[in-house]
Amino acid sequence: MSEDRKIRVLIAKPGLDGHDRGAKVIARAFRDAGMEVIYTGLRQTPEMIVNAAIQEDVDAIGMSCLSGAHMYLFPRVMELLKERGVDDIVVFGGGTIPADDIPKLKAAGLTAIFTPGTTTIEAIECVKRSIRNRRLINE
Amino acid sequence: MSEQKELKRIEEEKARWEAEMLKPTLAQTPERAERFTTASMTPVECLYTPADLPEWDYTKELGFPGEYPYTRGVQPTMYRGKLWTMRMFAGYGSAAETNRRFKYLLEQGQMGLSTAFDLPTLMGYDSDHPSSAGEVGKCGVAIDSLADMEALFEGIPLGEVTTSMTISSPASVLWAMYIAVCEKQGVPYHEIGGTLQNDILKEYIAQKEYIYPIEPSVRLVTDTILFGAQHLPRWNTVSISGYHIREAGATALQELAFTLADGMVYVEESIKAGLEVDAFAPRLSFFFDCHNDLFEEVAKFRAARRLWARIMRERFGAKDPRSWLLRTHAQTAGCTLTAQQPRNNIVRVAIQALAAVLGGTQSLHTNAMDEALALPTEEAATIALRTQQIIAHESGVTNTVDPVAGSYYIETLTNQMEEGVWEYFRRIEDLGGMIRAIEKGFPQREIADAAYAYQQAIERGEKIIVGVNRFTADEEVSIPILTIDREAEERQIERVQALRRARDKDAVMRSLEALRQAAAGNDQWGKDLLMPRILDAVRAYATLGEIMDVFREAWGEYRESSTI
Repeated sequence: MSEDRKIRVLIAKPGLDGHDRGAKVIARAFRDAGMEVIYTGLRQTPEMIVNAAIQEDVDAIGMSCLSGAHMYLFPRVMELLKERGVDDIVVFGGGTIPADDIPKLKAAGLTAIFTPGTTTIEAIECVKRSIRNRRLINE
Repeated sequence: MSEQKELKRIEEEKARWEAEMLKPTLAQTPERAERFTTASMTPVECLYTPADLPEWDYTKELGFPGEYPYTRGVQPTMYRGKLWTMRMFAGYGSAAETNRRFKYLLEQGQMGLSTAFDLPTLMGYDSDHPSSAGEVGKCGVAIDSLADMEALFEGIPLGEVTTSMTISSPASVLWAMYIAVCEKQGVPYHEIGGTLQNDILKEYIAQKEYIYPIEPSVRLVTDTILFGAQHLPRWNTVSISGYHIREAGATALQELAFTLADGMVYVEESIKAGLEVDAFAPRLSFFFDCHNDLFEEVAKFRAARRLWARIMRERFGAKDPRSWLLRTHAQTAGCTLTAQQPRNNIVRVAIQALAAVLGGTQSLHTNAMDEALALPTEEAATIALRTQQIIAHESGVTNTVDPVAGSYYIETLTNQMEEGVWEYFRRIEDLGGMIRAIEKGFPQREIADAAYAYQQAIERGEKIIVGVNRFTADEEVSIPILTIDREAEERQIERVQALRRARDKDAVMRSLEALRQAAAGNDQWGKDLLMPRILDAVRAYATLGEIMDVFREAWGEYRESSTI
């Protein structure tokens, strides 16, 4: 995988939560930063998200959840990726996520968690950096 | 005319002041920014004078409180007579847990109840539905059947408090459950007071908790309007909501325009279903956001009242003054709360709450400081309630009616807000009306564009958010957080499954069959209401999911196109 391949990101809304402001702002900002963005739309099960990520051959999955169900939904996506033998996708999340949950989500394999107030620039840089590192490891 | 002479004199004086005073000052000390804008990015001038209100007619634009066009407020004495209702939105975990929070809030001086439901309830799924996994009791209380509703209001006399229920797609079912609890408590229908959110159009626009296609969903709303008009005279059947539209990123103007446009759809549809406008319009209420920009928000509330009064009287020919009134609930803006330095949120909430009070709201929820992180703890919710009590009893702003009236800035903003709304109405009409506009994604796009523009303004540093892009600190967030225990979901699943085993299955099947026939009978629309059938099903302990599935079969489900 070459360093300069355009980054492909799947932005997903897992679960029943309909708050899509954050997901849409992030999707637009990533697109404006030169990435290819695929937005799943609302009410995706972890299975649907993992299928879409594999089918679209993405470098990263970004999930947004404001309903409090992140501790179930985010790790479930990581489990399914592992079951499918996928280890080269960077997964990050955002939403109303208490500080105490962040280390647990990182332990489950998420690269970063962005809470309210994060700038899109921070998120873009963090994701780009993680993808670059991941590509170096996998080369 | 002497008034025109006076205006001319002020204009001349202003020109002189600009030349002699302003220009040299600017040459020496430029302003802090090239342009100043409201939180909605509307340009703001350095100074406002009577020259900004050239054709302004006090009696026509403001009038007197309690009288058309209600710019100054819906009651003649406003908060001198009665304070707004302090109504804190609460709900989490099981019905029994939320019941304890309700009783606590009532003991602390809260005046009305407001119920937050979890996502499975909002989406019309039972707690044991596969889609509910991980969501049960998380962002509100889980309600699967009448049994849960009984537990939710156990020991609370429903003839004495009013209750607001924040739910739209399954609103009629939750309302039926509430009515059934009232029946069991022996409260007669005409004494049951409260509010159902029941605003399905804003779901397609912003909150996205829709289930069915738009037209049958609007039918469910008009069904409740008709039932309420016939049986529950003290119930507000729809709370036409701008809150979620604003939280999704709309400007103040967009919030107002889209909300009023939604309201007009409900009025039109209820008239089509055979009701006289004055038979139901007095029971329509509103729900607005109160964001950070104090004066812009105050202007929004004032413009909202004036617009609705004009719409109802002039467009719909309502004759009962109660039909002209825009009564509203308000909530401080959750989207302004920051996860960084969360205690700063207490101050944001205080300013936003002040805006709602200066704007003349009828009821208010103040957010807790920890809501960018989780549901509020009891302590955080108490501070939020105390904030309202301090505004009510210490600030002095409640001593006179509409204290900001006559401010050149406020009246200019109020006028601009009204003009902007009429302009949006024209654009919506050009698209074929509000339902067509929603189907075409017009309000959704406007909101997403505004949300992105606002985010970019923050990132460029044009908009400063304390603790986020200025005055940051590398501190760890260390405030207590409410956690929902993981077993709550399992307990709720066991509860609904035990209920299904214990109830009279034949009675449930019969009631659902009757409902199925009514849902299919579009021709009977307006004559054969769904509400009585829903009530029968609820009384038989049919679950929320079972009732909503009847409609899913009859009407199908709505899918939005997922564009960014």
